[in-house]
Amino acid sequence: MSNQRKRPNGEREEDDEEDDAEGIGQWERAYVDDRSWEALQEDESGLLRPIDTSAIYHAQYRRRLRMLSAAAAGTRIQKGLIRYLYIVIDFSRAAAETDFRPSRMAIMAKHVEAFIREFFDQNPLSQIGLVSIKNGIAHTLTDLGGSPESHIQALMGKLEAAGDSSLQNALELVHEHLNQIPSYGHREVLILYSALSTSDPGDIMETIQKCKKSRLRCSVIGLSAEMFICKHLCQETGGLYSVAVDEVHLKDLLLEHAPPPPAIAEFAISNLIKMGFPQRAAEGSMAICSCHKEVKIGAGYTCPRCKARVCELPTECTICGLTLVSSPHLARSYHHLFPIAPFDEVPTLASSNDPRRKVGKSCFGCQQSLLGAGNKPGPCVTCRKCKHYFCLDCDIYIHESLHNCPGCESTHRPKSVSLMEE
Amino acid sequence: MATVASKLYSDDGSLLVLLLDTNPLFWSNTSTTFSQFLSHVLAFLNAVLGLNQLNQVVVIATGYCSCDYIYDSSLTLSGNSESGRTGMPALFASFLEKLEDFIVKDEELIKEQEHDERIASSLLSGSLSMALCYIQRVFRSGHLHPQPRILCLQGSPDGPEQYVAVMNSIFSAQRLMVPIDSCYIGTQNSAFLQQASYITGGVHHAPKQLDGLFQFLTTIFATDLHTRSFVQLPKPVGVDFRASCFCHKKTIDMGYVCSVCLSIFCEHHKKCSTCGSVFGQSKLDGASTVSEKKRKAPDS
Repeated sequence: MSNQRKRPNGEREEDDEEDDAEGIGQWERAYVDDRSWEALQEDESGLLRPIDTSAIYHAQYRRRLRMLSAAAAGTRIQKGLIRYLYIVIDFSRAAAETDFRPSRMAIMAKHVEAFIREFFDQNPLSQIGLVSIKNGIAHTLTDLGGSPESHIQALMGKLEAAGDSSLQNALELVHEHLNQIPSYGHREVLILYSALSTSDPGDIMETIQKCKKSRLRCSVIGLSAEMFICKHLCQETGGLYSVAVDEVHLKDLLLEHAPPPPAIAEFAISNLIKMGFPQRAAEGSMAICSCHKEVKIGAGYTCPRCKARVCELPTECTICGLTLVSSPHLARSYHHLFPIAPFDEVPTLASSNDPRRKVGKSCFGCQQSLLGAGNKPGPCVTCRKCKHYFCLDCDIYIHESLHNCPGCESTHRPKSVSLMEE
Repeated sequence: MATVASKLYSDDGSLLVLLLDTNPLFWSNTSTTFSQFLSHVLAFLNAVLGLNQLNQVVVIATGYCSCDYIYDSSLTLSGNSESGRTGMPALFASFLEKLEDFIVKDEELIKEQEHDERIASSLLSGSLSMALCYIQRVFRSGHLHPQPRILCLQGSPDGPEQYVAVMNSIFSAQRLMVPIDSCYIGTQNSAFLQQASYITGGVHHAPKQLDGLFQFLTTIFATDLHTRSFVQLPKPVGVDFRASCFCHKKTIDMGYVCSVCLSIFCEHHKKCSTCGSVFGQSKLDGASTVSEKKRKAPDS
């Protein structure tokens, strides 16, 4: 249904002939599809009951969770967490079109900004570079780097569209850059393509084979219509190809690329990398940093191996060559590795016979009463391991944000049953 | 009544979730007794409640084998009738009763599972998770709610096996913009608490002496978050960013990181125990040669 919303008027009316769509405004359409009036309920005295959407919302969430855990069970949790991603943005003539408002270009920039932030949040130690295509030539906007601000600044400064687009030039440039990165990194290219053609100086098929050989995973998000060459590129290199139908869809498609993709063994050679976790020095302490060779007052980090001072993390120690990272940076991704199992729903009927149920009158996490209206037991879920009861809101919070089960965390586990076994 | 009032003026009221370390293994060998410590804390809680009538205090006990809610000032307001069986002010009679029950239960649990473990750590990850669930519930309750913050009063050393869980809680708190203040009263440094306060923008302090604990608590941790910007706070004395390795649960400052899943190990393995990828030897050698080259370069 969302596909139809954004199309030009003439087309839309033809599509919806079977609907009584003639007099319906765009804003009404969302409600027609929802049929929200059918969900209204009356209570005993005939008064309208407020619609309880929480149950529906929770059901949706559980479906999503089950899907995720099913996917995780199939593939062992092996994710490429060190990613080197080039974002190629097509700023050719077609990017100035206004079917996305205010223009494709502005919408692309806006969502790429959000994507960059999300990407660094989910992929510590990964790096992004930006490439633009304009007048048939690919330009490097930023080199691979780990700071979101510098990328966003470079992107926002260059918002103009002109000339043709060239897929081959962009791929050649990116290939050149990505060929130099270490073998344990995942090389990825994400192309936002708004043109419907590509004008190339040579044979693009050769370039695609070259990318395949260097194990570049190329994904394309189209803004106009599906193109064979893009599809072929994605199929060959193992990427995803999708075409956005409207702004919301574009945003979703982009953000799909933010979580780390399942690692494919042949794509990157796994390795143990020796790293140091430096301590942050006290505010106001004075030292000479090894990176700028200047006296600096204030916080810096001390290399644990050679005790040299560096200004920023992550970096490589200039004295002993040790890779220095901040450990919270790594820890940000650990919930991918140790996901908590989905909680079981407690059937409301059987629960009254359950002796344990009397103990768990309130949610273990937030102490909210689990009794619904009229002191009947309300809907709740339980953790398989610790058998504590949780309310639906906590269930969502625990799985989507906290990634800890408060019940399991507040029981003392013997050392043998720790992470090693999982 | 109380709820209506707090909905209207809640912008400068604050919700303090206090995580109280009750670990008997820690309190049995300190110079200060638990009851002395508790009298400081009770006075502090009274002070917080007295600062603003909209302030709310929730106390969660962090034990060795379990965690539980001990006190919620929003609940006791309604049931004010049963006053001091123990001769204490009515406000804290239930607090002490529940705390006593909790400690007795916790000690029973310790006896049940006798493990000769070296580190007598408390379950900080559990109480942090519970506190965040509670705060999440407060956020759900509407637009106007007291501004929440967490204060960890911790004495026992960090449990490296809780590393992942504690870090998860810290990041969740950061996303909710809830500062985690911490007051560490033990002998070692707590890397967990230092990182928690640093990442979430809270205050970390480790008082040298416990005699004046009340004064430390009131001058540093009592004010609401807005007032805090006018208060002279202790300067942070560096942050311990050490991590725990996944294989032996040791706290390390240098280690090996799996390039696929970023698991941390304290020694070289052939295979990653977390994600199952098999490691080549190449990079390791490569790294050492690179560093040697670099070291040699300036000499020559």
